[in-house]
Amino acid sequence: MKSETQTRPAPRSRGRRLGAFVFLSPGLAYLVVLLLVPLALVLSYTVFQRGRFGGVVYEFTTENFARLLDPLYLGVLGDSLQIAALTTLIALLLGYPTAYVIAQLPSRWKTAALVAIVLPFWTNFIIRVYAWIILLSGPGLVNSVLGTQLELLYKQGTIVVGLLYSYLPLMVLPLYAAIEKLDPQLREASANLGASGFTTFRKVTLPLTVPGVLTGCMFVFVPSFGNFVIPEILGGSKTLMVGNVVRNEFLKARDWPFASTVTLALIAVLVVLLLAQAWAARRA
Amino acid sequence: MRRSKVLYVPFWATYVFLYLPIVVLVVMSFNAGRSAYTYEGFSLKWYGELAADERIRTGVVNTLVVAAGSTVIATVLGTLLAVGLLRYTRSKALDALAMMPAVLPDLVLAIGLMLFYGLIDMTLGLHSVMLSHALFSMAFVAAVVRTRLAGADSSLEEASRDLGAGPVVTFLKITLPQLTPGIVAGALLAFTLSVDEFVIAFFTIGNDEPTLPIVIYSMIRFGVTPKINALAAILLLLSFTAVIAGQRLTKIGEKSRAQD
Repeated sequence: MKSETQTRPAPRSRGRRLGAFVFLSPGLAYLVVLLLVPLALVLSYTVFQRGRFGGVVYEFTTENFARLLDPLYLGVLGDSLQIAALTTLIALLLGYPTAYVIAQLPSRWKTAALVAIVLPFWTNFIIRVYAWIILLSGPGLVNSVLGTQLELLYKQGTIVVGLLYSYLPLMVLPLYAAIEKLDPQLREASANLGASGFTTFRKVTLPLTVPGVLTGCMFVFVPSFGNFVIPEILGGSKTLMVGNVVRNEFLKARDWPFASTVTLALIAVLVVLLLAQAWAARRA
Repeated sequence: MRRSKVLYVPFWATYVFLYLPIVVLVVMSFNAGRSAYTYEGFSLKWYGELAADERIRTGVVNTLVVAAGSTVIATVLGTLLAVGLLRYTRSKALDALAMMPAVLPDLVLAIGLMLFYGLIDMTLGLHSVMLSHALFSMAFVAAVVRTRLAGADSSLEEASRDLGAGPVVTFLKITLPQLTPGIVAGALLAFTLSVDEFVIAFFTIGNDEPTLPIVIYSMIRFGVTPKINALAAILLLLSFTAVIAGQRLTKIGEKSRAQD
């Protein structure tokens, strides 16, 4: 940050104002038209009524918000929170030790190990989810290896597996960055003072890597919470998540105002979490 | 330092978890039988069927058209934005605005864009997907170029301005050549992101011929066949090659930079 500020000369002449206009206006215009206006639309449609064949009738109503409090939708919200939280927790339990081991590897293995973590992430998302159908379906690999006939697909747990598979790399990377930065002398000092490995971890390593933990948790939680593709492919139609409601209301029921209201609720949950994360990171 | 053996259990578990599905998918793509689940011997026939599939061919072409178009828009706008944000303003709010498309959930972007296109009565199709992909790609290009620019020496630009060159001339003759590796990296990132993107494309394609991720999605919903396995294997090979090539390029870039 410091070097950035130094490279910015103080704004002064007409040339600078011209420069600011030439460089900033195209990108900012794009952001205003295709980001801010659309978000404002989502926000404003929440107080209007649905048209008979989709679209919007511009008459004020609070009905959409009232409908949001229906136990059906509150249940969906609860399920989504639970599924996303469980995914995040497992990702943390698996990702922390993985990042820890990678950080201790000799440098040429380190790069290879990190590339191997992100490699699956760069392949098509739908394909990665699809792979789990082959593994988990009735006649699939897991049942043939175990010699069982379990129904493994179309459950909440299957959705967690799919989300975990998709977003685990996003947990490992920030954790790795946080652990890598640690001064090994701190741990040595702790060991010399007689602390066991676990005590050192609990009192030294973990507190110092809290910002990385929080970042990783947000990176996994945010895309998990709003996901609609994985519940649809791996969850059958039994478990609805917030994203599924949004998708169905928009494309099937064509109730744009209510879909916008659910979208707003989704954004609200994420904003609250982001604020909580920022607060926790400052305290850490 | 003492390394605990216990940690190697989750470490290896992570890699097995990440690669087992991929390996199974690739093995099953060479299956001679009709089932996507039980292996009955080696065959390349599903790759042949794949090549003959009209929908997939159209999907590939559409994906590449969208990716190329959105990459051009995103690279030009993202580069200008990165320079503007770093050299001509100190606004934290504008910084945040530029990063927003990369941070917001894709579903939220998709919904907003769909409502907007509906409001202005725009026909949906490949062009609307292209414009939408450019929106979030631009944020990634801006971030990558910005990192490169923050590391670059700004004294040459100052010298150029002191000698009377305007912002555009300074940009074209001084800044742009310094930024080229960052711009290339940003463009590659934009292209890859567009090729893989599903949610926004799904909402903004309308009734037009779909892109490949949408084709795959609808194929999966009709049932599982080894044809999808073959397609998956090819896509895996392509993206693995791209990532490893990108990795090499970065290394070569770093070396040449260190020699400068």
